[in-house]
Amino acid sequence: MDRRAFLKTATLPCLAACAAERALAMPAANDAQFTIEARFYEKLPYKKIKCKLCPRECVIDDHERGYCGVRENRGGTYYSLVYSRVCAAHVDPIEKKPLFHFAPGTMAFSIATAGCNVNCKMCQNWEISQSRPEQVENTYLPPKNVAALAQQYHCYSIAYTYSEPVVFSEYVMDTAEAGRSSGVKSVVISGGYIQEEPLKQLCRRVDAIKVDLKAFSDKFYKEVVNGELKPILDTLVSIRKLGTWNEIVYLVIPTLNDSDQEFKSLARWVKTELGPDVPLHFSQFHPEYLLKNLPLTPVPTLERAKAICDAEGLHYVYIGNIPGNPAENTYCPKCRRVLVERVGFEVRAIHLNRGKCQYCQQVIPGVWDGLLHL
Amino acid sequence: MDRNPGTSRRNLLRACFAAALPAPAAVPPKSRVVISRDPSLHPPGPRSPDSARLLTVLDRAIQSLYDADSPIAAWKRIARPTEVVGLKVNCLSGRGNSTNTVLVEAVCERLQQAGIPRANIVVWDRLNSDLEAAGFPVSSRQDRIRYIGNDAAGYETDLAIYGSVGSLLSTTLTRTCDAVVNLPVLKDHGIVGVTMALKNLFGAINNPNKYHTNAGDPYVADVNMLPPIRQKVRLTICDAIAPQYEGGPSYMPQWSWPFNGILTSRDPVALDYIGWRIIEQKRAEKGIEPLRNLKREPAYIATAADPQHRLGTNDPNLIEKVEI
Repeated sequence: MDRRAFLKTATLPCLAACAAERALAMPAANDAQFTIEARFYEKLPYKKIKCKLCPRECVIDDHERGYCGVRENRGGTYYSLVYSRVCAAHVDPIEKKPLFHFAPGTMAFSIATAGCNVNCKMCQNWEISQSRPEQVENTYLPPKNVAALAQQYHCYSIAYTYSEPVVFSEYVMDTAEAGRSSGVKSVVISGGYIQEEPLKQLCRRVDAIKVDLKAFSDKFYKEVVNGELKPILDTLVSIRKLGTWNEIVYLVIPTLNDSDQEFKSLARWVKTELGPDVPLHFSQFHPEYLLKNLPLTPVPTLERAKAICDAEGLHYVYIGNIPGNPAENTYCPKCRRVLVERVGFEVRAIHLNRGKCQYCQQVIPGVWDGLLHL
Repeated sequence: MDRNPGTSRRNLLRACFAAALPAPAAVPPKSRVVISRDPSLHPPGPRSPDSARLLTVLDRAIQSLYDADSPIAAWKRIARPTEVVGLKVNCLSGRGNSTNTVLVEAVCERLQQAGIPRANIVVWDRLNSDLEAAGFPVSSRQDRIRYIGNDAAGYETDLAIYGSVGSLLSTTLTRTCDAVVNLPVLKDHGIVGVTMALKNLFGAINNPNKYHTNAGDPYVADVNMLPPIRQKVRLTICDAIAPQYEGGPSYMPQWSWPFNGILTSRDPVALDYIGWRIIEQKRAEKGIEPLRNLKREPAYIATAADPQHRLGTNDPNLIEKVEI
């Protein structure tokens, strides 16, 4: 890597992030500007409603909110309270999401609103995900402004991330359309707890979805996530069928979801239902929120998970949150040469030519058209 | 001349046997729940309850609950003049079935007569807008009774954790108030079965929406275990002037009825148990299914009484129900 390229990769994120934060330092608008009628719900007698956005299907009384805390029944009409109500905005490398087969080396204009439809005990962003919109600081940022900012900061994509984009899906969809009109792609970083119809509408508008698969057991989902496993698996299959690029992250938590059997079952399910080319990232757990009693995931545990999945025939298994680990790189499944060399969130070299291994011409699945040429 | 009996052989044996025998089992004190009613308390229609009658209903309840010589003597046992007393009302449902303003005025009047300066009384709930919708004049002036929502007062930034719950607590609870009088409303709840004393403290946390699954069990009990709640709530006065037996927590006038009373207790679990029975009885009278059949039996009440929580008792044999 030459000096210019190094400076570009090292300073661009910082400069852009600072600039983005300055741009966002505008006064928040009044609540009405953040409120639009929700798109996925059913009206019930006595001014109640049933939310049809996620599998939880909250039945909500007048003046009450759903589990996510960002959707409210007002007189029998259901509203999203987080449209254009951004509580976090940064310019991040796409590798931070992580999406490794989606334009490596590019930046993503990353935004979030408050709220989440699960309550993971290990959440790293609980201050925003488990809060209501009025409990965090917000900025008014309508879809066109997001697209304009993404362009201004030379971002290849807009990432809906940090909290749970499903709960601000109306905003995601409209922003993705605004981005597409401006030539900016959209990626969603989600837990995947969503009903089929909103998922279909989302997939029509966005270019990639990274799903956090929290474990491969329903017990874990019930006890640690306050959700269910099956709807997440259904989401993964649907994304595959709908043709939207998808990667999976599995946060390995000591003693809770780190058994050989669980890794093996996961690998077999992914290979059978999604195919061997779906990238699977094993990430290191850090003690956070309600799981501060557990240690960091030992690196050998992550390497064991990768070895099991490699042995089951998955082609792209990564280890995350361990900068410098060789399993951060993308390898050609045919000639085994390094195709994308990474250290942390930094991409140091890319040896792809129009989506093919430059050494053996093996087609590497992913979205490569916007990748940064180093 | 009095004879010193000394220690005779008989007395010595008696004393030794008495010491060796197990003491009779201590009878656990019963939790008193006082139900105070006046059939003329609330005239039919939208008018407010009669304030003089409500004051009498309140006085009889508090005096009976504390076995005091007078209502004021009872209030003096609830809080000291130097303490800041929070009144946790329930205003989610507007004027229909939120804590009645007349009841809150009566409590404020008696607290002041018991020596609590008005500047030391804080009426609070989740949102300023909820307080206003229920008829309370939002104000944070320090020289008079304050009415303030958590949204204006703020939340702590450090998590309070117990069992299944991790939440940020209202600073009104943690920093402003020394003591809390809990003023819920007796009503049905479409998810957790019933809402009264224990459930009303969901209004002290930032994320109540997270804790309604599984009919609120064990979340409601766990929230009440958070130290500032457990340590500061001294009394519950449950507004049962016009409770609601179905369709809650929203106001559904077709399912409310004139109970014309209040429930008071120092044991929130006992109060919730008695209130739940009142709701079930009314549902049975009206031919509506019991909450168990609808999968929203309030199991959290039993959890609150279990050995891990010990927030009170749900054993009817250990509850002294006083109806006046």
